[in-house]
Amino acid sequence: MARPILMFDSLSCCEGCGLQVINCETDLLPILAVADIGRFREASDGDVPHYNVAFVEGSIVTSHDIQKIQEIRAKTDVLVALGACATHGGVNMIKNFQDPDDVGRYVYGERRTWFPHIPARPLKAEVKIDAEIPGCPLNPAEFLEAAKCILMGKPFKLPNYPVCVDCKLADNVCLWHKGVPCLGVVTRAGCKPYLCPSAGHKCIGCRGLVDKPNTQAAKDVMAEFGLSVQDVLREFRLFQGVYDEVSKEA
Amino acid sequence: MAKASKTLDVRVDYVTRVEGHGNIVAKVRDGELVECKMEITESPRFFEAMLRGRSWADAMFLTTRICGICACGHGTASLKATEDAMGVTLSEQTLKLRKIVLHAEQLQSHWLHIYFLVAPDFFGAPSVIPLAKTHTDVVLRAMRLKRLANYTCEVLVGRHVHPISMVPGGYMKLPGVRTLKDLRQHIASHEADVWATVDLYASLKVPEFNRQTEYESLSDPTEYAFYGGNLMTSDGTRADSHDYKKIIHESIVQHSSAKHVKNKRSSLMVGSLARFNNNSKQLHPKAKEAARKVGLTAPSYNTFHNNTAQVIESVHCYYEVLRLLDELIATGIQDEKPPMKWPKGRQGVGIGLTEVPRGTLVHEYEYDEDGIVTGANLVIPTNQNLANIEDDFRAYIPQLMADGRSEAEVAHALEMLVRAYDPCISCSVHLVTVDLK
Repeated sequence: MARPILMFDSLSCCEGCGLQVINCETDLLPILAVADIGRFREASDGDVPHYNVAFVEGSIVTSHDIQKIQEIRAKTDVLVALGACATHGGVNMIKNFQDPDDVGRYVYGERRTWFPHIPARPLKAEVKIDAEIPGCPLNPAEFLEAAKCILMGKPFKLPNYPVCVDCKLADNVCLWHKGVPCLGVVTRAGCKPYLCPSAGHKCIGCRGLVDKPNTQAAKDVMAEFGLSVQDVLREFRLFQGVYDEVSKEA
Repeated sequence: MAKASKTLDVRVDYVTRVEGHGNIVAKVRDGELVECKMEITESPRFFEAMLRGRSWADAMFLTTRICGICACGHGTASLKATEDAMGVTLSEQTLKLRKIVLHAEQLQSHWLHIYFLVAPDFFGAPSVIPLAKTHTDVVLRAMRLKRLANYTCEVLVGRHVHPISMVPGGYMKLPGVRTLKDLRQHIASHEADVWATVDLYASLKVPEFNRQTEYESLSDPTEYAFYGGNLMTSDGTRADSHDYKKIIHESIVQHSSAKHVKNKRSSLMVGSLARFNNNSKQLHPKAKEAARKVGLTAPSYNTFHNNTAQVIESVHCYYEVLRLLDELIATGIQDEKPPMKWPKGRQGVGIGLTEVPRGTLVHEYEYDEDGIVTGANLVIPTNQNLANIEDDFRAYIPQLMADGRSEAEVAHALEMLVRAYDPCISCSVHLVTVDLK
């Protein structure tokens, strides 16, 4: 039986998720013992015509990105969205809330027509994906778990409870009690040990919403804490602009 | 010796083992170089536009997402810009913690670059992956050093890729003295690995290439400049960091979604070699010893020595981290709280410059009276190097052709040249023409 061929590639992003894969360091060696890497531009030369599992980070920001992800989809059996940009559009979504011509003019002035862009979107807006590994950046432990499950043919499931659960288990004092509007109340868990509240900072929502989140309650509580509608939307739209509950003011 | 090629068509799409997407194009006809360029095909990122509307407390959380490899570098410059606008002065304790993180950033990036991105070329391998079998001890050492740099960032700011606890004016969470002592001991236990890296580089043959350019970096009278200082160049220009536009002149080029920069010549260079050429006298004594071991003296005009300078800087940063930790352990950690509010009514521009692994980085923000960003300008080190890369191509290609290299050899040599800059292309696709005044 041929060894499975993996590939890693990136669309529009910071390549931090690719770096987090490299940061698995010696934990990558067991995976490298059973699979081959056909393409990993950031770390290696070479390419092959077909992949068994493709891990792609980055979101779609140009029509060239759409073409690229369609080409990858055609060449792979399994496509995994790697990191927040690929799963939810990431911070690139922020530009969707500004006038696109103004965005181009602000950065490139009169030359903006040389660098066209489209509304940012996650991979699943354009192609079918088979698994998601969220987070900005992704959690190396979660990547390893996903890779192992996929290689073994096991289902890979993300946690479906908010960050609050892991935060309480980590013995953190709830930041809301300190008057800090933490998005952990509606954000999908799975980031431990790298929980932002454990480092003293509010959750900024980089892993996307849980299924059936109580976003209206979260917005109401934030309003009780004195945040205006603009403040609330600003908090959510850093990473969660892809959701209707966040993109539409209510 | 083979006859020099009269015609060459070099096209390297998506150069490997660099951060981000770029292509090398070089055309030679009848022995004449008719075209050479570094095409930057990275999708435009628009961070300056996206920063508008962000609050002062969150600006850094957006800007670190410019780059995974230099997240802590962007974080440092971003905080400096916001603090400049707020009128905040950092305590000695905060300053030292910031410097340790910035040194850990250099270590993480330089060791990643030296071992994972550049070394494969010297071993004739496409990547570090086959080296795991043929040079296992080297690869394991590389992983140990990388883990050390990442761990240092985790202890101080929660995580390296996108730091968490550093905020304008201070930290949301401070490490205790016990933690710093454990960290110090752990870092000290890697000393042999640091010097093994120097020995490795001393044994490698660096390609011959010489082209003098203008070398730009920060300059600080009290230390080898990374965190602070003002701008200087090897051609004698000096500027206060707030007047960076006196030196950094940007222009848009059609084949590159990233801008080009120059001062007195058609291009300039930033990064380890520029810092070494400008400030080598201020290196830590151990780093000077490393420089003697690898045989590098300032000034060097060989772009490939940017990697050698990175090795020397890694020794400098390693011992500086130990020194700073010893100082913090001796004075103890005070429970200092960062500002939780924007100084009401204060509006205006804040500018922060810092040396990140690839060179001088500028973050400039304009804030309104409520601490919301209304404008931003970012100058990225790799932007500053792009014109220099092309000028290097113009000098190197004729040299390669005179050596009788084949098309494939020329392509590989140009890739190695680009890699020597350690370009961070995703970062560089952020350029701004807007005059905030």
